[in-house]
Amino acid sequence: MRNFLLIISRDLQLATRIGGGGAMTVGFFVIAATLYPLALGPDLNLLGRIAPGIIWVSALLACLLSLDRLFQADHEDGTLDLLLLDPLPLPLVILAKTFAHWLTTGLPLIVAAPVLALTLNLGTDGFATLLGTMLLGTPTLSLLGAVGAALTVGIRRGGMLLTLLVLPLYIPLLIFAVSAMDAALFGLGAAAQLLVLTALLLAAIALCPVAAAAALRLYVQN
Amino acid sequence: MQRIDATGYMIAMQRFANPANFLKLATRLTPFAAAIAFILLAVGSYLALFVAPPDYQQGDTVRIMFVHVPAAWMTTFCFGVMAAASAVGLIWGHPVAYVAAKATAPVGAAFTVMALVTGALWGQPMWGTWWVWDARLTSVLIQLFIYLGYMALWNAIEDPVRGAKATAIFALVGAVNLPIIKFSVEWWNTLHQPASIARVEGPAIHSSILTPLLIMLAGFTVFYIWLLLVRMRQEILARRIRTLQLARTRKLQVGEAG
Repeated sequence: MRNFLLIISRDLQLATRIGGGGAMTVGFFVIAATLYPLALGPDLNLLGRIAPGIIWVSALLACLLSLDRLFQADHEDGTLDLLLLDPLPLPLVILAKTFAHWLTTGLPLIVAAPVLALTLNLGTDGFATLLGTMLLGTPTLSLLGAVGAALTVGIRRGGMLLTLLVLPLYIPLLIFAVSAMDAALFGLGAAAQLLVLTALLLAAIALCPVAAAAALRLYVQN
Repeated sequence: MQRIDATGYMIAMQRFANPANFLKLATRLTPFAAAIAFILLAVGSYLALFVAPPDYQQGDTVRIMFVHVPAAWMTTFCFGVMAAASAVGLIWGHPVAYVAAKATAPVGAAFTVMALVTGALWGQPMWGTWWVWDARLTSVLIQLFIYLGYMALWNAIEDPVRGAKATAIFALVGAVNLPIIKFSVEWWNTLHQPASIARVEGPAIHSSILTPLLIMLAGFTVFYIWLLLVRMRQEILARRIRTLQLARTRKLQVGEAG
Protein backbone atom coordinates (compact mmCIF):
# COMPACT_ATOMS: atom_id res chain seq x y z
CA MET A 1 0.00 0.00 0.00
CA ARG A 2 2.88 2.32 0.87
CA ASN A 3 4.47 1.72 -2.51
CA PHE A 4 1.13 2.30 -4.19
CA LEU A 5 0.84 5.74 -2.58
CA LEU A 6 4.52 6.50 -3.24
CA ILE A 7 4.11 5.88 -6.96
CA ILE A 8 1.07 8.17 -7.02
CA SER A 9 2.83 10.95 -5.13
CA ARG A 10 5.93 10.61 -7.29
CA ASP A 11 3.91 10.98 -10.49
CA LEU A 12 2.00 13.92 -9.02
CA GLN A 13 5.23 15.64 -8.02
CA LEU A 14 6.69 15.07 -11.47
CA ALA A 15 3.57 16.49 -13.07
CA THR A 16 3.55 19.61 -10.90
CA ARG A 17 7.30 20.28 -11.00
CA ILE A 18 7.94 19.64 -14.66
CA GLY A 19 4.63 21.29 -15.35
CA GLY A 20 2.58 20.90 -18.41
CA GLY A 21 0.52 17.87 -17.34
CA GLY A 22 -2.82 19.19 -16.18
CA ALA A 23 -2.62 22.74 -17.48
CA MET A 24 -1.68 21.66 -21.00
CA THR A 25 -4.45 19.08 -21.11
CA VAL A 26 -7.03 21.65 -20.02
CA GLY A 27 -5.61 24.13 -22.52
CA PHE A 28 -5.99 21.62 -25.31
CA PHE A 29 -9.49 20.70 -24.10
CA VAL A 30 -10.66 24.32 -24.16
CA ILE A 31 -9.09 25.15 -27.52
CA ALA A 32 -10.43 21.99 -29.16
CA ALA A 33 -13.93 22.72 -27.86
CA THR A 34 -13.66 26.33 -29.07
CA LEU A 35 -13.02 25.14 -32.60
CA TYR A 36 -16.55 23.75 -32.87
CA PRO A 37 -18.43 27.06 -32.53
CA LEU A 38 -15.92 28.62 -34.91
CA ALA A 39 -16.49 25.86 -37.44
CA LEU A 40 -20.26 25.53 -37.03
CA GLY A 41 -21.30 29.11 -36.43
CA PRO A 42 -22.38 30.89 -33.23
CA ASP A 43 -25.97 29.63 -33.22
CA LEU A 44 -26.63 29.00 -29.52
CA ASN A 45 -29.53 26.63 -30.11
CA LEU A 46 -27.43 24.38 -32.30
CA LEU A 47 -24.49 24.54 -29.88
CA GLY A 48 -26.71 23.74 -26.93
CA ARG A 49 -27.97 20.66 -28.69
CA ILE A 50 -24.54 19.33 -29.64
CA ALA A 51 -22.68 20.55 -26.53
CA PRO A 52 -22.53 17.08 -24.91
CA GLY A 53 -20.85 15.69 -28.01
CA ILE A 54 -18.42 18.61 -28.30
CA ILE A 55 -17.36 18.38 -24.67
CA TRP A 56 -16.91 14.63 -24.72
CA VAL A 57 -15.03 14.42 -28.00
CA SER A 58 -12.70 17.20 -26.84
CA ALA A 59 -12.15 15.52 -23.46
CA LEU A 60 -11.43 12.23 -25.16
CA LEU A 61 -8.83 13.77 -27.46
CA ALA A 62 -7.26 15.75 -24.61
CA CYS A 63 -6.86 12.58 -22.58
CA LEU A 64 -5.49 10.71 -25.57
CA LEU A 65 -2.77 13.28 -26.18
CA SER A 66 -1.46 12.98 -22.64
CA LEU A 67 -1.29 9.18 -22.77
CA ASP A 68 1.92 8.64 -24.68
CA ARG A 69 3.92 10.03 -21.75
CA LEU A 70 2.31 7.62 -19.28
CA PHE A 71 5.01 4.95 -19.55
CA GLN A 72 7.25 6.49 -22.20
CA ALA A 73 8.96 8.95 -19.84
CA ASP A 74 9.65 6.17 -17.33
CA HIS A 75 10.91 3.99 -20.14
CA GLU A 76 13.38 6.64 -21.26
CA ASP A 77 14.93 7.35 -17.85
CA GLY A 78 14.95 3.73 -16.72
CA THR A 79 12.35 4.07 -13.97
CA LEU A 80 10.19 1.51 -15.72
CA ASP A 81 12.74 -1.24 -15.08
CA LEU A 82 12.71 -0.40 -11.38
CA LEU A 83 8.92 -0.36 -11.29
CA LEU A 84 8.88 -3.81 -12.84
CA LEU A 85 11.16 -5.04 -10.05
CA ASP A 86 8.94 -3.50 -7.38
CA PRO A 87 7.53 -5.99 -4.84
CA LEU A 88 4.11 -4.49 -5.54
CA PRO A 89 2.36 -6.62 -8.22
CA LEU A 90 2.68 -5.01 -11.62
CA PRO A 91 -1.08 -4.55 -12.22
CA LEU A 92 -1.23 -2.53 -8.97
CA VAL A 93 1.77 -0.44 -10.06
CA ILE A 94 -0.11 0.30 -13.26
CA LEU A 95 -3.28 1.07 -11.34
CA ALA A 96 -1.32 3.58 -9.24
CA LYS A 97 0.21 5.20 -12.30
CA THR A 98 -3.15 5.32 -14.02
CA PHE A 99 -4.74 6.89 -10.96
CA ALA A 100 -2.02 9.54 -10.92
CA HIS A 101 -2.62 10.10 -14.63
CA TRP A 102 -6.32 10.58 -13.94
CA LEU A 103 -5.58 13.04 -11.11
CA THR A 104 -3.42 15.13 -13.44
CA THR A 105 -5.58 14.96 -16.59
CA GLY A 106 -9.09 13.65 -15.85
CA LEU A 107 -9.71 15.75 -12.79
CA PRO A 108 -8.68 19.08 -14.39
CA LEU A 109 -10.96 18.21 -17.31
CA ILE A 110 -13.86 17.68 -14.91
CA VAL A 111 -13.19 21.10 -13.36
CA ALA A 112 -12.99 22.79 -16.74
CA ALA A 113 -15.97 21.05 -18.32
CA PRO A 114 -18.80 23.03 -16.63
CA VAL A 115 -17.21 26.32 -17.70
CA LEU A 116 -17.03 25.09 -21.27
CA ALA A 117 -20.60 23.84 -20.98
CA LEU A 118 -21.72 27.36 -20.03
CA THR A 119 -20.09 28.88 -23.11
CA LEU A 120 -21.67 26.18 -25.27
CA ASN A 121 -25.16 26.90 -23.90
CA LEU A 122 -25.69 23.47 -22.40
CA GLY A 123 -29.15 23.29 -20.77
CA THR A 124 -29.13 23.65 -16.98
CA ASP A 125 -30.60 20.15 -16.63
CA GLY A 126 -27.46 18.71 -18.17
CA PHE A 127 -24.86 19.98 -15.72
CA ALA A 128 -25.24 17.37 -13.00
CA THR A 129 -25.22 14.60 -15.59
CA LEU A 130 -22.20 16.17 -17.28
CA LEU A 131 -20.27 15.96 -14.03
CA GLY A 132 -21.54 12.44 -13.42
CA THR A 133 -20.46 11.16 -16.84
CA MET A 134 -17.09 12.89 -16.54
CA LEU A 135 -16.49 11.46 -13.07
CA LEU A 136 -17.37 7.94 -14.21
CA GLY A 137 -15.95 8.20 -17.71
CA THR A 138 -12.56 9.90 -17.45
CA PRO A 139 -11.01 7.19 -15.20
CA THR A 140 -12.04 4.63 -17.82
CA LEU A 141 -10.34 6.78 -20.46
CA SER A 142 -7.11 6.63 -18.45
CA LEU A 143 -7.40 2.88 -17.83
CA LEU A 144 -8.09 1.92 -21.45
CA GLY A 145 -5.38 4.33 -22.50
CA ALA A 146 -2.91 2.63 -20.16
CA VAL A 147 -3.31 -0.58 -22.17
CA GLY A 148 -2.54 1.27 -25.39
CA ALA A 149 0.36 3.13 -23.78
CA ALA A 150 1.82 -0.12 -22.45
CA LEU A 151 1.53 -1.77 -25.88
CA THR A 152 3.30 1.09 -27.63
CA VAL A 153 6.00 1.81 -25.06
CA GLY A 154 9.43 1.78 -26.67
CA ILE A 155 8.04 2.19 -30.18
CA ARG A 156 9.42 5.17 -32.01
CA ARG A 157 6.67 7.67 -32.78
CA GLY A 158 4.20 5.46 -30.96
CA GLY A 159 1.81 8.37 -30.33
CA MET A 160 -0.01 8.04 -33.64
CA LEU A 161 -0.26 4.28 -33.26
CA LEU A 162 -1.58 4.72 -29.72
CA THR A 163 -4.38 6.86 -31.13
CA LEU A 164 -5.25 4.22 -33.70
CA LEU A 165 -5.33 1.48 -31.06
CA VAL A 166 -7.20 3.30 -28.32
CA LEU A 167 -9.81 5.42 -30.12
CA PRO A 168 -12.02 2.49 -31.23
CA LEU A 169 -12.04 1.28 -27.62
CA TYR A 170 -13.28 4.70 -26.48
CA ILE A 171 -16.40 4.54 -28.64
CA PRO A 172 -18.72 2.88 -26.06
CA LEU A 173 -17.78 5.48 -23.45
CA LEU A 174 -18.47 8.33 -25.83
CA ILE A 175 -21.82 6.88 -26.81
CA PHE A 176 -23.09 6.27 -23.29
CA ALA A 177 -21.78 9.55 -21.88
CA VAL A 178 -23.36 11.65 -24.63
CA SER A 179 -26.59 9.66 -24.55
CA ALA A 180 -26.79 10.13 -20.76
CA MET A 181 -26.56 13.89 -21.20
CA ASP A 182 -29.05 13.90 -24.06
CA ALA A 183 -31.47 11.92 -21.91
CA ALA A 184 -31.04 14.38 -19.04
CA LEU A 185 -31.58 17.34 -21.38
CA PHE A 186 -34.80 15.82 -22.70
CA GLY A 187 -36.00 15.32 -19.13
CA LEU A 188 -35.64 11.54 -19.23
CA GLY A 189 -33.64 9.90 -16.50
CA ALA A 190 -29.99 9.18 -17.26
CA ALA A 191 -29.74 6.45 -14.64
CA ALA A 192 -29.41 3.59 -17.14
CA GLN A 193 -26.53 5.20 -19.01
CA LEU A 194 -24.76 6.17 -15.80
CA LEU A 195 -25.07 2.59 -14.59
CA VAL A 196 -23.55 1.33 -17.84
CA LEU A 197 -20.70 3.84 -17.43
CA THR A 198 -20.18 2.55 -13.90
CA ALA A 199 -20.10 -1.01 -15.20
CA LEU A 200 -17.54 -0.04 -17.83
CA LEU A 201 -15.42 1.68 -15.19
CA LEU A 202 -15.49 -1.35 -12.86
CA ALA A 203 -14.68 -3.74 -15.70
CA ALA A 204 -11.83 -1.47 -16.78
CA ILE A 205 -10.42 -1.34 -13.23
CA ALA A 206 -10.47 -5.12 -13.10
CA LEU A 207 -9.13 -5.93 -16.57
CA CYS A 208 -7.07 -3.04 -17.95
CA PRO A 209 -4.20 -3.14 -15.40
CA VAL A 210 -3.76 -6.87 -16.06
CA ALA A 211 -3.64 -6.39 -19.83
CA ALA A 212 -1.29 -3.42 -19.50
CA ALA A 213 0.95 -5.44 -17.15
CA ALA A 214 1.17 -8.26 -19.68
CA ALA A 215 2.16 -5.74 -22.33
CA LEU A 216 4.79 -4.07 -20.14
CA ARG A 217 6.34 -7.40 -19.18
CA LEU A 218 6.98 -8.10 -22.86
CA TYR A 219 9.11 -5.06 -22.96
CA VAL A 220 11.50 -6.37 -20.24
CA GLN A 221 11.62 -9.93 -21.46
CA ASN A 222 13.32 -8.86 -24.62
CA MET B 1 25.72 -9.93 -25.78
CA GLN B 2 26.11 -13.56 -24.82
CA ARG B 3 22.59 -13.69 -23.40
CA ILE B 4 20.98 -12.19 -26.49
CA ASP B 5 22.73 -14.75 -28.67
CA ALA B 6 21.52 -17.57 -26.47
CA THR B 7 17.89 -16.46 -26.51
CA GLY B 8 18.07 -15.80 -30.23
CA TYR B 9 19.33 -19.32 -30.75
CA MET B 10 16.55 -20.75 -28.59
CA ILE B 11 13.93 -18.79 -30.48
CA ALA B 12 15.35 -20.05 -33.75
CA MET B 13 15.23 -23.63 -32.45
CA GLN B 14 11.65 -23.21 -31.35
CA ARG B 15 10.75 -21.86 -34.77
CA PHE B 16 12.39 -24.67 -36.62
CA ALA B 17 11.01 -27.38 -34.38
CA ASN B 18 7.27 -27.03 -34.67
CA PRO B 19 6.75 -24.93 -37.82
CA ALA B 20 8.67 -27.51 -39.84
CA ASN B 21 5.91 -30.04 -39.21
CA PHE B 22 3.32 -27.42 -39.93
CA LEU B 23 5.00 -26.56 -43.23
CA LYS B 24 4.78 -30.17 -44.37
CA LEU B 25 1.12 -30.37 -43.49
CA ALA B 26 0.33 -26.99 -45.06
CA THR B 27 2.12 -27.86 -48.27
CA ARG B 28 0.03 -30.99 -48.57
CA LEU B 29 -3.29 -29.29 -47.74
CA THR B 30 -2.91 -26.14 -49.85
CA PRO B 31 -3.90 -27.61 -53.27
CA PHE B 32 -6.96 -29.33 -51.78
CA ALA B 33 -8.12 -26.14 -50.09
CA ALA B 34 -7.61 -24.21 -53.33
CA ALA B 35 -9.58 -26.80 -55.34
CA ILE B 36 -12.48 -26.97 -52.87
CA ALA B 37 -12.66 -23.17 -52.60
CA PHE B 38 -12.64 -22.82 -56.39
CA ILE B 39 -15.38 -25.43 -56.90
CA LEU B 40 -17.60 -24.04 -54.13
CA LEU B 41 -17.22 -20.46 -55.34
CA ALA B 42 -17.82 -21.45 -58.96
CA VAL B 43 -20.96 -23.47 -58.15
CA GLY B 44 -22.17 -20.86 -55.68
CA SER B 45 -21.66 -17.99 -58.15
CA TYR B 46 -23.47 -19.88 -60.90
CA LEU B 47 -26.44 -20.63 -58.65
CA ALA B 48 -26.45 -17.10 -57.28
CA LEU B 49 -26.21 -15.33 -60.64
CA PHE B 50 -28.29 -17.58 -62.90
CA VAL B 51 -30.47 -19.95 -60.90
CA ALA B 52 -31.63 -17.91 -57.90
CA PRO B 53 -34.74 -15.87 -58.79
CA PRO B 54 -34.56 -12.05 -58.68
CA ASP B 55 -36.32 -10.50 -55.71
CA TYR B 56 -39.84 -9.23 -56.41
CA GLN B 57 -38.95 -5.81 -54.99
CA GLN B 58 -35.22 -5.47 -55.44
CA GLY B 59 -34.83 -7.21 -58.80
CA ASP B 60 -31.35 -8.40 -59.64
CA THR B 61 -29.77 -6.10 -57.05
CA VAL B 62 -30.52 -8.71 -54.42
CA ARG B 63 -27.72 -10.83 -55.88
CA ILE B 64 -25.21 -8.54 -54.15
CA MET B 65 -26.30 -10.38 -51.03
CA PHE B 66 -24.47 -13.52 -52.18
CA VAL B 67 -21.17 -11.66 -51.82
CA HIS B 68 -22.13 -9.24 -49.09
CA VAL B 69 -23.41 -11.71 -46.49
CA PRO B 70 -20.44 -14.13 -46.76
CA ALA B 71 -18.01 -11.19 -46.59
CA ALA B 72 -19.74 -9.87 -43.48
CA TRP B 73 -19.63 -13.36 -41.98
CA MET B 74 -15.89 -13.59 -42.69
CA THR B 75 -15.36 -10.24 -40.96
CA THR B 76 -16.48 -11.78 -37.67
CA PHE B 77 -15.08 -15.22 -38.35
CA CYS B 78 -11.55 -13.94 -39.09
CA PHE B 79 -11.56 -11.86 -35.94
CA GLY B 80 -12.66 -14.89 -33.95
CA VAL B 81 -9.82 -16.94 -35.46
CA MET B 82 -7.37 -14.12 -34.71
CA ALA B 83 -8.47 -13.85 -31.08
CA ALA B 84 -8.48 -17.62 -30.57
CA ALA B 85 -5.06 -18.01 -32.17
CA SER B 86 -3.73 -15.13 -30.05
CA ALA B 87 -5.04 -16.78 -26.89
CA VAL B 88 -3.45 -20.10 -27.86
CA GLY B 89 -0.18 -18.31 -28.54
CA LEU B 90 -0.18 -16.45 -25.23
CA ILE B 91 -1.25 -19.43 -23.12
CA TRP B 92 0.84 -22.23 -24.63
CA GLY B 93 3.56 -20.16 -26.26
CA HIS B 94 2.69 -21.79 -29.57
CA PRO B 95 4.69 -20.04 -32.31
CA VAL B 96 2.52 -21.24 -35.21
CA ALA B 97 -0.59 -19.78 -33.54
CA TYR B 98 0.97 -16.31 -33.65
CA VAL B 99 1.73 -16.81 -37.31
CA ALA B 100 -1.91 -17.79 -37.91
CA ALA B 101 -3.14 -14.66 -36.13
CA LYS B 102 -0.76 -12.45 -38.11
CA ALA B 103 -1.68 -14.09 -41.41
CA THR B 104 -5.41 -13.73 -40.72
CA ALA B 105 -5.47 -9.99 -40.03
CA PRO B 106 -5.03 -8.61 -43.58
CA VAL B 107 -7.45 -11.21 -44.97
CA GLY B 108 -10.03 -10.27 -42.35
CA ALA B 109 -9.51 -6.58 -43.06
CA ALA B 110 -9.96 -7.22 -46.80
CA PHE B 111 -13.22 -9.09 -46.16
CA THR B 112 -14.36 -6.21 -43.96
CA VAL B 113 -13.67 -3.71 -46.73
CA MET B 114 -15.49 -6.02 -49.13
CA ALA B 115 -18.52 -6.17 -46.81
CA LEU B 116 -18.56 -2.38 -46.50
CA VAL B 117 -18.13 -1.75 -50.23
CA THR B 118 -20.76 -4.28 -51.30
CA GLY B 119 -23.00 -2.87 -48.58
CA ALA B 120 -22.59 0.62 -50.02
CA LEU B 121 -23.23 -0.66 -53.56
CA TRP B 122 -26.35 -2.42 -52.34
CA GLY B 123 -27.48 0.50 -50.20
CA GLN B 124 -27.28 3.00 -53.05
CA PRO B 125 -30.18 1.58 -55.12
CA MET B 126 -32.13 0.29 -52.08
CA TRP B 127 -31.90 3.12 -49.59
CA GLY B 128 -30.93 5.87 -52.04
CA THR B 129 -27.66 6.58 -50.27
CA TRP B 130 -24.19 5.08 -50.20
CA TRP B 131 -23.83 5.19 -46.47
CA VAL B 132 -26.17 5.34 -43.50
CA TRP B 133 -25.09 5.46 -39.89
CA ASP B 134 -26.88 2.24 -39.25
CA ALA B 135 -25.83 0.22 -36.21
CA ARG B 136 -24.49 -2.68 -38.25
CA LEU B 137 -22.57 -0.60 -40.75
CA THR B 138 -21.05 1.46 -38.00
CA SER B 139 -19.92 -1.50 -35.93
CA VAL B 140 -18.39 -3.16 -39.00
CA LEU B 141 -16.54 0.09 -39.72
CA ILE B 142 -15.21 0.13 -36.15
CA GLN B 143 -14.14 -3.48 -36.56
CA LEU B 144 -12.16 -2.41 -39.61
CA PHE B 145 -10.40 0.21 -37.47
CA ILE B 146 -9.46 -2.48 -34.96
CA TYR B 147 -8.07 -4.67 -37.77
CA LEU B 148 -6.03 -1.73 -39.01
CA GLY B 149 -4.75 -0.95 -35.51
CA TYR B 150 -3.72 -4.58 -35.09
CA MET B 151 -1.79 -4.56 -38.36
CA ALA B 152 -0.20 -1.20 -37.57
CA LEU B 153 1.02 -2.57 -34.24
CA TRP B 154 2.58 -5.56 -36.03
CA ASN B 155 4.38 -3.22 -38.40
CA ALA B 156 5.58 -0.90 -35.66
CA ILE B 157 7.34 -3.49 -33.50
CA GLU B 158 10.58 -4.67 -35.03
CA ASP B 159 11.24 -7.69 -32.84
CA PRO B 160 8.87 -10.42 -34.14
CA VAL B 161 8.66 -12.23 -30.79
CA ARG B 162 7.62 -9.13 -28.89
CA GLY B 163 5.39 -8.09 -31.76
CA ALA B 164 3.60 -11.43 -31.70
CA LYS B 165 2.78 -11.13 -28.00
CA ALA B 166 1.89 -7.44 -28.06
CA THR B 167 -0.50 -7.90 -30.98
CA ALA B 168 -1.97 -10.96 -29.28
CA ILE B 169 -2.77 -8.88 -26.20
CA PHE B 170 -4.34 -6.23 -28.41
CA ALA B 171 -6.39 -8.86 -30.25
CA LEU B 172 -7.75 -10.15 -26.94
CA VAL B 173 -8.50 -6.64 -25.69
CA GLY B 174 -10.29 -6.04 -28.99
CA ALA B 175 -12.22 -9.29 -28.66
CA VAL B 176 -13.43 -8.31 -25.18
CA ASN B 177 -14.39 -4.86 -26.44
CA LEU B 178 -16.14 -5.79 -29.67
CA PRO B 179 -19.36 -7.01 -28.01
CA ILE B 180 -19.42 -3.87 -25.85
CA ILE B 181 -18.87 -1.69 -28.92
CA LYS B 182 -21.61 -3.54 -30.79
CA PHE B 183 -24.01 -3.14 -27.88
CA SER B 184 -23.20 0.55 -27.48
CA VAL B 185 -23.56 1.24 -31.20
CA GLU B 186 -26.98 -0.42 -31.21
CA TRP B 187 -27.99 1.69 -28.23
CA TRP B 188 -26.71 4.82 -29.96
CA ASN B 189 -28.56 3.94 -33.13
CA THR B 190 -31.94 3.43 -31.48
CA LEU B 191 -31.60 6.74 -29.66
CA HIS B 192 -30.27 8.90 -32.45
CA GLN B 193 -31.94 7.39 -35.46
CA PRO B 194 -35.56 6.41 -35.06
CA ALA B 195 -36.10 3.81 -37.81
CA SER B 196 -35.69 5.98 -40.87
CA ILE B 197 -34.75 3.01 -43.00
CA ALA B 198 -37.33 0.38 -43.71
CA ARG B 199 -35.32 -2.79 -43.25
CA VAL B 200 -36.16 -5.33 -45.87
CA GLU B 201 -37.87 -7.99 -43.83
CA GLY B 202 -38.87 -10.45 -46.47
CA PRO B 203 -40.55 -13.78 -45.78
CA ALA B 204 -38.40 -16.67 -44.60
CA ILE B 205 -35.66 -17.27 -47.14
CA HIS B 206 -36.66 -19.67 -49.88
CA SER B 207 -34.35 -22.62 -50.56
CA SER B 208 -33.56 -21.33 -54.09
CA ILE B 209 -31.81 -18.40 -52.38
CA LEU B 210 -30.68 -20.14 -49.21
CA THR B 211 -28.77 -22.94 -50.99
CA PRO B 212 -26.50 -20.68 -53.07
CA LEU B 213 -26.01 -18.47 -50.03
CA LEU B 214 -24.85 -21.38 -47.91
CA ILE B 215 -22.58 -22.61 -50.71
CA MET B 216 -21.07 -19.14 -51.00
CA LEU B 217 -20.57 -19.03 -47.23
CA ALA B 218 -18.74 -22.34 -47.33
CA GLY B 219 -16.78 -21.18 -50.39
CA PHE B 220 -15.65 -17.97 -48.67
CA THR B 221 -14.61 -19.92 -45.58
CA VAL B 222 -12.54 -22.46 -47.52
CA PHE B 223 -11.10 -19.66 -49.63
CA TYR B 224 -9.95 -18.03 -46.39
CA ILE B 225 -8.42 -21.31 -45.21
CA TRP B 226 -6.51 -21.56 -48.48
CA LEU B 227 -5.26 -17.98 -48.16
CA LEU B 228 -4.36 -18.65 -44.54
CA LEU B 229 -2.26 -21.69 -45.47
CA VAL B 230 -0.46 -19.80 -48.22
CA ARG B 231 0.17 -16.77 -46.03
CA MET B 232 1.35 -18.85 -43.08
CA ARG B 233 3.79 -20.77 -45.26
CA GLN B 234 5.05 -17.53 -46.71
CA GLU B 235 5.45 -16.04 -43.23
CA ILE B 236 7.31 -19.05 -41.84
CA LEU B 237 9.63 -19.17 -44.85
CA ALA B 238 10.25 -15.42 -44.60
CA ARG B 239 11.26 -15.84 -40.96
CA ARG B 240 13.57 -18.68 -41.87
CA ILE B 241 15.26 -16.51 -44.44
CA ARG B 242 15.60 -13.76 -41.86
CA THR B 243 17.14 -16.15 -39.34
CA LEU B 244 19.56 -17.50 -41.92
CA GLN B 245 20.56 -14.01 -42.98
CA LEU B 246 21.16 -13.03 -39.36
CA ALA B 247 23.25 -16.15 -38.84
CA ARG B 248 25.29 -15.37 -41.96
CA THR B 249 25.89 -11.75 -40.93
CA ARG B 250 26.98 -12.93 -37.51
CA LYS B 251 29.39 -15.43 -39.07
CA LEU B 252 30.86 -12.74 -41.29
CA GLN B 253 31.30 -10.45 -38.30
CA VAL B 254 33.01 -13.21 -36.33
CA GLY B 255 35.25 -13.89 -39.34
CA GLU B 256 36.29 -10.22 -39.56
CA ALA B 257 36.96 -10.04 -35.85
CA GLY B 258 39.05 -13.23 -35.92
